[in-house]
Amino acid sequence: MPGHVLKTSADYDGETSSLPRETVATEEDLTMQKYSGFGLLKHSLTHHENWQRVWRNPKPKKKYDVIIVGGGGHGLATAYYLAKVHNITNVAVVEKGYLGGGNTARNTTIVRSNYLWDEAALLYEHAMKLWEGMSQDLNYNVMFSQRGVLNLGHTLQDMRDIQRRVNANRLNGIDSEALDTQGVQEIVPILNCSANARYPILGASWQPRAGVARHDAVAWGYARAADAMGVDLIQQCEVNDIITEDGAAIGVSTKQHGTIYGDRIGCVVAGNSGVLAKMAGFHLPIESHPLQALVSEPIRPILDTVVMSNQVHGYISQSDKGDLVIGAGIDGYNGYGQRGSYATIEHTLQAIVEMFPMFSRVRMNRQWGGIVDTCPDACPIISDTPVENLFFNCGWGTGGFKATPGSGHVFAATLAKGEAHELAKPFSMFRFHNGALIDEHGAAGVAH
Amino acid sequence: MFYIYCPYCGEHREEEEFHPKGQAHLSRPADPDACSDEEWGNYLYFRDNPRGLHHEIWVHAIGCRKFFNATRDTQSYEILETYRMGDAPRVTHFTDKQKS
Ligand SMILES: Cc1cc2nc3c(=O)[nH]c(=O)nc-3n(C[C@H](O)[C@H](O)[C@H](O)COP(=O)(O)OP(=O)(O)OC[C@H]3O[C@@H](n4cnc5c(N)ncnc54)[C@H](O)[C@@H]3O)c2cc1C
Ligand SMILES: [Zn+2]
Repeated sequence: MPGHVLKTSADYDGETSSLPRETVATEEDLTMQKYSGFGLLKHSLTHHENWQRVWRNPKPKKKYDVIIVGGGGHGLATAYYLAKVHNITNVAVVEKGYLGGGNTARNTTIVRSNYLWDEAALLYEHAMKLWEGMSQDLNYNVMFSQRGVLNLGHTLQDMRDIQRRVNANRLNGIDSEALDTQGVQEIVPILNCSANARYPILGASWQPRAGVARHDAVAWGYARAADAMGVDLIQQCEVNDIITEDGAAIGVSTKQHGTIYGDRIGCVVAGNSGVLAKMAGFHLPIESHPLQALVSEPIRPILDTVVMSNQVHGYISQSDKGDLVIGAGIDGYNGYGQRGSYATIEHTLQAIVEMFPMFSRVRMNRQWGGIVDTCPDACPIISDTPVENLFFNCGWGTGGFKATPGSGHVFAATLAKGEAHELAKPFSMFRFHNGALIDEHGAAGVAH
Repeated sequence: MFYIYCPYCGEHREEEEFHPKGQAHLSRPADPDACSDEEWGNYLYFRDNPRGLHHEIWVHAIGCRKFFNATRDTQSYEILETYRMGDAPRVTHFTDKQKS
């Protein structure tokens, strides 16, 4: 593998971040100061105590053009692109907890676009292109690190599937290579590529432009930029009903701030999508499952790429801080508890140790869970619904972080125009009635 | 780790002996050919997915290999009952004490 170097790196650990400090809106807050190297130097002179608030903390207005329910990465990105691309700034993001505290804060941050089917590949590649310019666009360092992702193959069938997916990717203009065992070993010298392994590594698909990003920075960068354009970010405000009139949604009722009216409503609540759909009186083809991850104690740099395996089921990368970031599979039962079973983690660690015997004595530091919204075809739902003016963006399941910018971009267009963006059209919830499923279980087989 | 009572074995066993199999009491349309796409799609894919009481199927995969039902709180994960296939659940709403 030529030129395989770690470019930038992400220092994240997937753990829930501390609550951004309470902020009070003042006049001066309304013009956002640009972040720069010079600013960093300037603020260092006052011990970094005079930084501007990152966003306002406004009281909700009575009515908005668009209400977005859910302040995770996808909801915040949607608000940002509504303001930036469509000039719609009378927008509220209503979040029951704090911004980016759901799956956005809990994921293992793998970003790639090597999906099999055209519909999915185009959507994830759309996101990838936006990732590549995101830090500049937002004036916020999201620490996007294109360190490459390997998807390992352990059986003849795995290798055939990899070949097929790599060819499909190339036809769609997505960087993708099929490697043999030796090619894999060259990229990751510490991987156990011996033929005597229980599930020997026969090869892999390799996407050099793939990588990781810092999850919190993505949420905060979108939030800050959206706020600066006038979007109201309303935290600690739980939606407990969707108000409809003659089959159309006209607003949301909230626990903390009463009714907020909106011309269009977009729900981007991941694991809670079924709960919101029920409020509006319909079902979704989605089940909510716990998905867990864990990080080790920090160790010296040892792994400069991302390794994933469907077959033995584990995925791993190393953060800047040095901790190994490891993702498990979903627990098979429905769960809203943001925690899963111990056995699931144990299986994952077995897979990791199988692939990296030298990690067997690394101690694990922390472990946590998110609630993922899994769809039967392992593809998302970006869709109108049986209720007019009500739209859902959900079903990203175990793998939506990578799509954050693309998802927000196409959902903003969908909300602005009242009909699905071209790239979103195949992802209607009604595909589960007409049978036009997009089966990405192969490319999405390992939770990520 | 769940500790699950198999209504056939009549014993509590560890979670790893079992597999969850999704929402219970879905009835297959009697005449699939007579279904509209919407009815058939609803049956195949659309689910209650509640945050709260959930009636669900489990299989005692490395035990008696029989399927049975459970009523579980998807928020606290507490299993409120397990019962045999064909039986109706006894727990259909939370008592005040169970409400989490
Ligand atoms: C352990 C784990 C590992 C993962 N690894 C990866 C990975 O490596 N790569 C990848 O691409 N994806 C990964 N994912 C998936 C990814 O995290 C999600 O698909 C993505 O972050 C979803 O973003 P979101 O903004 O839609 O959801 P979230 O970030 O969950 O945001 C939804 C928000 O809605 C809010 N909300 C819910 N109900 C209400 C209500 N009633 N009123 C108001 N607000 C409400 C929640 O509080 C939450 O903040 C992983 C997920 C987990 C759990
Ligand atoms: Zn049994």
